[in-house]
Amino acid sequence: MSGTVSEAARPALARGFRLQWEPVQEAHVLLYPEGMVKLNGSAGQILARCDGVRTVAEIVADLERAYTTTGLMADVSAFVTVALERRWLELRA
Amino acid sequence: MSVGPPLWLLLELTYRCPLHCVFCYNPTEFAATGAELATADWIRVLREARALGAVQLGLSGGEPLAREDLEPIVAEAHALGFYVNLITSGVGMTEERIRALKAAGLDHIQLSFQDSTRELNDFLSSTRTFERKSQVAELIRKYDYPMVLNVVLHRLNIDHVGEILAMAERMGAQYVELANTQYYGWAWLNRAHLLPSRAQLERAEAVTQDFRARRGETMQIYFVVPDYYETRPKPCMNGLGSVFLVITPDGTALPCHAARMLPGLEFPNVRERDVRSIWYDSAAFNHFRGEAWMKEPCRSCPERQRDFGGCRCQAYLLTGDAANADPVCELSPHHELITAAVAEAERTAAAGAAGAGSAVAAPLVFRDHRISIAVEPRRGAPARG
Repeated sequence: MSGTVSEAARPALARGFRLQWEPVQEAHVLLYPEGMVKLNGSAGQILARCDGVRTVAEIVADLERAYTTTGLMADVSAFVTVALERRWLELRA
Repeated sequence: MSVGPPLWLLLELTYRCPLHCVFCYNPTEFAATGAELATADWIRVLREARALGAVQLGLSGGEPLAREDLEPIVAEAHALGFYVNLITSGVGMTEERIRALKAAGLDHIQLSFQDSTRELNDFLSSTRTFERKSQVAELIRKYDYPMVLNVVLHRLNIDHVGEILAMAERMGAQYVELANTQYYGWAWLNRAHLLPSRAQLERAEAVTQDFRARRGETMQIYFVVPDYYETRPKPCMNGLGSVFLVITPDGTALPCHAARMLPGLEFPNVRERDVRSIWYDSAAFNHFRGEAWMKEPCRSCPERQRDFGGCRCQAYLLTGDAANADPVCELSPHHELITAAVAEAERTAAAGAAGAGSAVAAPLVFRDHRISIAVEPRRGAPARG
């Protein structure tokens, strides 16, 4: 995959993937067939908003509101791009 | 040292299995183990393990579909927040059961292909097997599971990798694991028949590489090389007692599938102790944690934190001492045991190719309840050519 994801794209967790908060690990983990990834705080917050309904732009706006900050677009789209490459995420029409 | 939680829990629900695979990793003496846990015991194990932080759950066996209470076990696991993987041959799967398993919250089904009959030569041509697997694959698709196939490779089928991949493609596989046999359990007994030659292995890898290049990324293929062809050991289980917990059909708790064979360790049973005390406090689970158990060359090896000395069971089977370096490692003083086995595989493969028929004197032993009663646990050298 080349370039970064469009701001209008609607990412969702790929089939067979599940995101959940694990108190023992104090982290969000991404679960999939015979695999598990422990996510850092920002990755967990981004993936938790990838519901196939919100666009990347809306996810960024939501995160900026939640953390009262601005300028998150580059980081979020870079992460979403990587997550798409790793097939954690897929795009919904 | 600080001990983390058992994040991965594998429940071997039963040793019963309709198949007789020559490469099965179940212990050869499985028939001598105790009665299977009851549903309520499994559910208690799930609750105790989940409370410790276990989150990835494998349900295997034997054939887990042989348990009629698989559905309530899955339902409890799902309710507790486990990601539930069913590892199955597909034999025993019906539409009624897959519907019930889906409703219970099963997350994923790994379907394995193996020789379900004694006619090894029919590995891919057995119409009956192919149709049964195809029907289960169809059900997996219909119930919207990702298609995850596992094929165990060995000398007798590794030359069919191209056909296996074509079959996986026809079935719409998203993940294919081409797992070369590792030598434990029944596979250890049959090593002289099963270890492929280096030429076979290289051909199979080349075919897989070609297929990947042609097919692109939509089908992910994992090719697992036999340990015997490596020069450094695998970081087995990420170190025993680190993240992986197995409960066998009779309730024995193990730090890996094969560890029951390790001498001098009394593996605790979930009938007698809770999972927390087993994982954190039992002598058996603490024995191979950290580095105090290591001998040279591992003890002073700069790579010891990467591979943890390799596999304890392989070290024991081949050298007689589970604390030795895994002889797969070139640095092990016992590495010649591996190179000798590989040389033997080369000889028998060459003899077979020359038309000498089976070049191995000892018969191939099929996993079987009756034979399991008869075999002695053993180590040192498996059946020779």
